Amino acid sequence: MIVVRNARVLTPSGIEDASVVIEGDTVHSVGAEPEANGHQVIEAGGAWLGPGLVDLHVHLRDPGQTWKEDMRSGARAAAAGGFTALVAMPNTDPPVDDRTTATAAVERAAGIEDVEIVAAGALTRGRSGEALADFDGMFEAGVRIFSDDGDSVPTAGLLRRAMAYLRDLPGALIAEHAEDRSLAATGHLHEGEVASRLGIAGLPALAEELVVARDLLLAATTGTRLHIQHVSTSGSLDLIRRARAEGVEVTSEVTPHHLALEESAVEGLDTNFKMYPPLRGRDDRVALVEALRDGTIDVVATDHAPHTTAEKEVPFEEAPRGVIGLETAAAVVATNALGGDPRLFFERMSIAPAGIAGLSRHGRLVEKGSPANLVLFDPNLRWVPGGFASKSSNSPFAGIELTGRVLMTIREGKITYEGGSG
Amino acid sequence: MSGLITLHGWGRERLTEILDKAEGYVASAQSTAFSGATVTCAFFEASTRTRLSFERAAHRLGAYVMGFSPELSSVTKGESFKDTILTLTAIGTDVFILRHTLADAADLAAGWSGRPVINAGLGSREHPTQTLIDALTLRQEFGRLDGLRMAIVGDIRNSRVARGHLIALPTLGVELTLVGPTPFMPQDNPWGVRTSTNLDDELGDVDVVYLLRIQAERGSSADIPSSAGYARRYGMNEERLSMMKPTGVVMHPGPINRGVEIDDATADSERSLLVRQVANGVPVRMAVIAEALEGVR
Ligand SMILES: [Zn+2]
Repeated sequence: MIVVRNARVLTPSGIEDASVVIEGDTVHSVGAEPEANGHQVIEAGGAWLGPGLVDLHVHLRDPGQTWKEDMRSGARAAAAGGFTALVAMPNTDPPVDDRTTATAAVERAAGIEDVEIVAAGALTRGRSGEALADFDGMFEAGVRIFSDDGDSVPTAGLLRRAMAYLRDLPGALIAEHAEDRSLAATGHLHEGEVASRLGIAGLPALAEELVVARDLLLAATTGTRLHIQHVSTSGSLDLIRRARAEGVEVTSEVTPHHLALEESAVEGLDTNFKMYPPLRGRDDRVALVEALRDGTIDVVATDHAPHTTAEKEVPFEEAPRGVIGLETAAAVVATNALGGDPRLFFERMSIAPAGIAGLSRHGRLVEKGSPANLVLFDPNLRWVPGGFASKSSNSPFAGIELTGRVLMTIREGKITYEGGSG
Repeated sequence: MSGLITLHGWGRERLTEILDKAEGYVASAQSTAFSGATVTCAFFEASTRTRLSFERAAHRLGAYVMGFSPELSSVTKGESFKDTILTLTAIGTDVFILRHTLADAADLAAGWSGRPVINAGLGSREHPTQTLIDALTLRQEFGRLDGLRMAIVGDIRNSRVARGHLIALPTLGVELTLVGPTPFMPQDNPWGVRTSTNLDDELGDVDVVYLLRIQAERGSSADIPSSAGYARRYGMNEERLSMMKPTGVVMHPGPINRGVEIDDATADSERSLLVRQVANGVPVRMAVIAEALEGVR
């Protein structure tokens, strides 16, 4: 038995100061102070205890690029960041795009203990944007989330066919990376002030918004569930709001870095600030924070994208895109974006993403009988990220003091991470 | 570690100091002041004029010049930029003169090598010695820079020369207007300068028309339907020259495309400062190289 004493617990009746007893893979009780005879007792000191975090957008690089990350190291990083489940994007090498690759991903994920890994599958064969991937084979292997992340499905015709087909597979979800290639192809950072100043080709907000608009119209006509990945512009938010008002079944995510950082951070051309979509202007960032609070954006997802130091230590325009995020997300979101509101924090980082991914053992309010997938998070602890559990350290927050730290992560009753003391 | 990557942050005094130093080199004789020093011209992007000008400048200071061009070297075999810089550093150089297609190449090279790096043109980011050359040329022509009005005309979005001018010339009192078709304008205007799409409207007000070529190698010829149409709207010719003040001059960083942004008569007229710009390249680069070498001694 594990006993967590004096925590602020997210229960069905709100935040309660309570002690929580975990027995096996289940929460045994909330509230009553048990006799501490031989149990493992954790003194929470008022830290938040809630459902383990769920990340809808992670690149594990496994198989194919395991020098950057693999399932095991990615799972350790996830546990260190308070996550108990994550969705692995299918842009591995080979990509997950048929029964064989999906079965392999699902089986290998089942052997990982630190975090539940949910394999997503590609929308198009080989992620080539040319023909539909093997939806039936992947669905039978257990895949429910389909995405060509890294690229948009290039044509409306192909995406419409994908939507029409996936509409019939119960629980299937299309997740789109929105980026019009003809507008974004040569860009390396947001098309705004910094790009103009440095003379580097930019990615206009329009490149994202055109695809968001297209996808929402297609989702409206096909009736397929759509999830927009890493929304980065206020224009995209307007489109999502309008579509929702018209009844389109759409959800969306935002990354911690888009909530916390702006294009000005790219001025020094540090490649750990290079990612797609790029960091946008102040108005966009403020709009994203607002949208996360008001629910226009449902979830925070990290888009954890590991690259080694050698790969990133090249000129900005040649650097690979992406930054890691699993180990810093909770702090960046809880204190920066959500202003220390535990209810909203668990809603956006656990409950809502678990719901979108259909993970019944995650994102549950803490009560007697709920699954023991939990995180203990101290919203006041200051720390400086570094020495990452990930194989890569390409974090824009490395070396910057953050407030809020994961103290412990528990997956199915087992402690997968314990630390955070300094 | 000095060197010159950007003029960003340079105040009027600092800029004037280097212009004065360059002026002092204009009529100077061959020197041995820096004999024993080695300067490496690492040009990862094609250039003849800028490179020759830098080499001549280094020679006149008495420095030894090592040349490097990627097409003749193992960069074509996939040796990375970093390895190339480390190799050239190990061979032995006091200062790098670097041209590259990428905006942050000089900052990276300086970090890797621990040597001062002089920016000889970085992507579309900045070409600071060209900016100093043009400032010196204008100061010689008008006897001052304060209050001069310059129209920069052409493919500004892709121009490192224009960006250098936008950084430094306003500090020296030059008032800039950007002129060209919208697709040639930067997407954003963080400098807060005037812009115009009509050259003829601007000609009567300016002291200098600064022409830029269309940077076909950066894909900008796809931004306009034809260079003939561009020439009719923005090409400098005798008729447009006559619309300027009698003291007005025409400048161009070269290489020029005769018949597109400038016609023969204008390029060769006495109102054209093109030849003087090229000539001033050597003393300006002497001043910049001398500062960098003084920094490592
Ligand atoms: Zn993406």
